[in-house]
Amino acid sequence: MAGNAKQLKGNTRWALGLNATLVYVFFYAPIALLILFSFSDDPLVGRWGGFTLDWYRAFGENEEVQSALGVSIRVAIMSTVVSVVLGTMAALALERYRFRGNKFFDALLYLPVIIPDVTMAVMMLLFFTIARNAASTIFGVDVSKGVWSVTVSHIAFSISFVSIVVRARIAGMSEKLEEAAQDLYASRWQAFRYVTLPLILPGIIGGGLLALTLSLDDVVITQFVAGPGSTTLPVYVFGLIRRGVSPLINAVSVVMLAASVLLVLLSLVAQRARGGDVT
Amino acid sequence: MTAVATPKFEAANERKKSRRGFFLALPAYVYLSLFFALPLLSVVVYSFAKRTSTGGVALEEWNIDSYTKLGEPIVRDILLRSFTLAIITTVICLVLAYPFSYFLATRKASTRNIMLVFVMIPFWSNFLVRNYAWRVLLGNDGPVSRVTEGVGLGETTILFTPTAIVLGLVYGFLPFMILPLYAAVERMDWSLIEASRDLGATGMQTFRKITFPLSLPGVIAGSILVFIPSLGAYVTPQILGGGKKTMLGSYIVTQFLTARNWPVGAAVSTVLMVVMLGATMLYFRKGGRTL
Repeated sequence: MAGNAKQLKGNTRWALGLNATLVYVFFYAPIALLILFSFSDDPLVGRWGGFTLDWYRAFGENEEVQSALGVSIRVAIMSTVVSVVLGTMAALALERYRFRGNKFFDALLYLPVIIPDVTMAVMMLLFFTIARNAASTIFGVDVSKGVWSVTVSHIAFSISFVSIVVRARIAGMSEKLEEAAQDLYASRWQAFRYVTLPLILPGIIGGGLLALTLSLDDVVITQFVAGPGSTTLPVYVFGLIRRGVSPLINAVSVVMLAASVLLVLLSLVAQRARGGDVT
Repeated sequence: MTAVATPKFEAANERKKSRRGFFLALPAYVYLSLFFALPLLSVVVYSFAKRTSTGGVALEEWNIDSYTKLGEPIVRDILLRSFTLAIITTVICLVLAYPFSYFLATRKASTRNIMLVFVMIPFWSNFLVRNYAWRVLLGNDGPVSRVTEGVGLGETTILFTPTAIVLGLVYGFLPFMILPLYAAVERMDWSLIEASRDLGATGMQTFRKITFPLSLPGVIAGSILVFIPSLGAYVTPQILGGGKKTMLGSYIVTQFLTARNWPVGAAVSTVLMVVMLGATMLYFRKGGRTL
């Protein structure tokens, strides 16, 4: 009776296969229909009225959408650059060294990943309000919320995601290579620059693309810490949706979705580069 | 000439390594302390503050009024509704994800990788947009309505009901259940399952006594990852629930942005964080460490 436990028998296999198919249909059918309707020439959303590109044209011509998109991109780039540097350093520290307080640091680094959006949003709002009051009473300067406060908040949650991805990469890499480099008289910096960095680069790129995606997609936290003139695209779209659906939102949504799917795919490809196995 | 590894030399080396690690971690450490831990702490402090008549906050007269307010019928209903919907969402995700993950784990490596990528895409892609898609589908003249009308069930009226909220949450968080569950099922010792079958156990017995206990860390991890964000959900109730029946997330937002009762908003946020920390600690105590 010796058989492979992973070999499924007739009925089980059929039922599990059906469930898997339904799960994929559930995941992708709504997205497929949304894409379809974004090309529909009917002012009512969710109805097919012939093919048109009008809604995408409206997307390109809408100044509010364009300026929100500009803010989104600026914030995403700034927060990604900072969180990649800080997150990679944190990952190296935790994977390669034992230092005083490393357990606490590890926990602090995990918290932003599991904390609910709303809680983090409220925290940041409160913090920036207190900081503003303090700045005006102590220094007499007015630091109101704006692009900077959005960026600061995005960095705060992105560091953790970058460090998780980079750590997975470092964990799969032998320390012996760096030791060999140093035995061959490479300085610590040279060993890092020519051995460690190239090996963990796929992780850094993957983590960076993820940070970019998270920043471009965030709506709840951003809504709380944005000031006048720092509305990002998701916040703008969220505001529109609350007033009702429209074919223009369909088109903007599809563009946002396409951007985030593209970034996710690139991130997955980067993380899997050269045999790196990251779940 | 290589140095001889005397205990003293080793200890000095260790200290040097420890210091190096500390300085590498320092920038992120400082950043997160300042822009994450401090804000978190201020929420906890504010939950004990007193709300002044003008909607401001007085820190000197600290009290637990905001927490006693959680027992009031309105707030209690909101808490109850949010917990119920979060539990229902978690159970549905588990029921869908378990057989899915099991199936995934039994595929050959190449198929599995492709299937996994198609789970990762919804996992990371835009949550707002994915909820909006359901708003379009469930709308008055939306395709779902036309299908139900076509088969004689009449117009679909689930938009702006708790059912729509659960649907949106399951849609949003199902990948959060699948990924850790898959990791646990894939990693378990499959020879134990073979042994159980060889010894004459039925499929059900094998599942109850072997497979399920072995996959438990994944079940717990997935359940936490679905339950926590469902409990604090804000976007989904706003878009698919129409903001009519308030949930925890919306209630917090209202307290901060419109009602200007920051201490109560802070108290509810603190409760949410305590639940989150409790769940996470439970998970680590159970010895699991996936994701």
